[in-house]
Order: sequence, then C-alpha cells, then structure tokens
Amino acid sequence: MWQALRNELHPKGFELVTVGLDTLGNDGCRAFIEAAKPEHPSLIDRHHVLADLFGVINIPSSVWIDERGMIVRPAEAAPAPPRTATSPPGFAMPGAVPQRFIDIMSEAAKIRKDAAGYHAALRDWVEHGAASRFALPPEQVVERSRPRDRDHALGHAHFALATQLEIDGHHTAAIPHFRAAHRLVPESWTFRRQAWSLEKVGDGPLARFWQGPNPDAPEAWPYAGDWLADIRQSGAENYSEPWRP
Amino acid sequence: MLLRTLHLPKSEFEAGTGWTLKPEGACQGDVCVPLSQDAGESIDVESVAREIGLPLVAAPEHGLWALGPAWIGSRALTSAQAPDLRLPDLDGREFQLASLRGKKVLLFAWAPY
Repeated sequence: MWQALRNELHPKGFELVTVGLDTLGNDGCRAFIEAAKPEHPSLIDRHHVLADLFGVINIPSSVWIDERGMIVRPAEAAPAPPRTATSPPGFAMPGAVPQRFIDIMSEAAKIRKDAAGYHAALRDWVEHGAASRFALPPEQVVERSRPRDRDHALGHAHFALATQLEIDGHHTAAIPHFRAAHRLVPESWTFRRQAWSLEKVGDGPLARFWQGPNPDAPEAWPYAGDWLADIRQSGAENYSEPWRP
Repeated sequence: MLLRTLHLPKSEFEAGTGWTLKPEGACQGDVCVPLSQDAGESIDVESVAREIGLPLVAAPEHGLWALGPAWIGSRALTSAQAPDLRLPDLDGREFQLASLRGKKVLLFAWAPY
C-alpha cells in the first residue's frame, strides 16, 4: 500500500525510502522486500542507526525531510495508508495458530492509529511544501524529537555493541548489552522487539514472532519482559503517541 | 559507532561520530566542546569521548567497543538538518539520503519481526 502511494506521489517530487531495522540484515528482510518489489530505495539497518540519528523508538514510523534536507516532521507513528476498494487483501495467518499469536494480534489490533489524519497531512505537504501547516518549523522539529540524556546515549551504545556481538556470532555475550539498552531506553519498543526476535521459539516462519518465553523452558527466557506481557502492561493504545498535526 | 580499536585516524572518528575536531575543540554544528589538548591526527578514543561526554561501552574479550550518540541539547535531534544517513540495500550498495536533495522524502522505518 505504501508502494502504491509512493507511485502516485512520485511525479510530484516525492520519494519513499524504507529502512528495515533488523540485526539479521538480509536474512531477516529479504523475503519481505522481494515480495514488495520496491521501486524506491529500500535499505537495511542492522544496528538501528535510525534510533541514534532520528530517535526512532517503534515501528512503523516515519520522518519527513524536505527538498533542502531539512526535517519537517521528526520520528512519529506512520500508519499504513487507509484501505481502498482496490487494496490487495490483508495477510492471512495459516491455520492452527498458537493462542499466543492470536493474543498478540488482538493486542496489535488495539494500537491506536490515525491513518486518515496522517495521510491527509502527508498529501497536503507533498502538494504545498513549506506552506503546509503540517511542515513544522525547525525549533518544533527539534523540540518534538525524542528526549535524550546521558542514560539514553549509553543505552544506544550498549545496543550497538549487542547488535555487533550478535552479528559476530556471540549471541550469549550480546544479551547483557541488550538488557542494558532496555533498562536505559525503556521507551524503545524496537530495542526490545529486536532482542526478543533473536530468541527463536520453534522453527519455521513464525519463530521470530513468538517473542517470549518458550513454554517448554520458560526459565531460560533472558529478558525482563516479552512482547505480549509488555504490550498488555503498558496498554496497546499507548504503543504510539497520538498523532498531532 | 562501533570500534575494533581505541585509536583511530581523525577522519574515521569524525565520520563515525559526526563531531569535527578543530583547534578550538570538538564541534557539532554550532556547539563546540573545548578539549584539554589538541586531539592530533591519531585519536585516543577513550580520552576524547570522556571529554565530549560520549558514552563508551566495551566487550574487550571480543575486541569490540561502541560509542553512544551525542546527547547535547537533551533531544535526539540537535538540529532540523537531516543527519548524513548512509545504509546499504539488499545488494550491499550504500545509499546516501543526501542524494535525494530536491525531493520530498518520507523515511519509513519497519521491521520483519
């Protein structure tokens, strides 16, 4: 759906750049990218530099950048375009789905989205540029970006170290650094989901989506929280901040 | 920034951290932090990081270190100027965000998990 939107707006001087945040790199992202057949730049971010550079803390999110390279909207939730009659059908889960996936999907369905507001604003900006009221002035862009203090910066350093250790094959050594990143940057869902997704439960395409203790060996789970427990605790409606013009 | 050594050529330190080392100190945009001595051409990462306030974490048994991002100004962005983002595509070709100057860009973060 993003691809169709990009193709529609591309003649107006618009480009979409997608970035897959995944320490597993091509191994994690390739199937999704090849299925989408993107005509726009589609990049791989194994260390989540989008978190360092732009303050991305969850997915899906977006940053808007104008023709001069100025950010006009900092990282914010980016809901998929509203569905139209011609949209392809949504992804359907295969039969016999474990209860945990049904629970995760029912929580995910509660994540607050304002697709209509966001996409009306996007079209307004593409049409009117700096004159659009949704293109924020530089002070507001900085002010609306995520807070960052020394703990956050330290947490990002631990996360970078963890991702490189994972890539180098030192999975066990990576875990304490992922844990430190989670403790120091508790608002980042991507730091947590990345680490959880590396603890595969079972095999097959859903192993990375389990993101919680293996029912056969729950004591081996190395993290304080997990996807289902954390989203229930914080409330799925708080996963993203509400969109504001 | 990930490091395999704590001594780096100045150009690598600057490219990796976004800080420029000048005679008056380490600078990022309009902000300069004075350094107690000229950092020289070969950077002692521990000492410069300490003076600038960049957190440094280590996995010495694996010969690996990581420097955290700057946290001047208490926000993730210190300026609305888009940072220099360079990332590879599936074929390993590096793409520079700055190559899209002249277009409106929506940078979209997703994950396959």
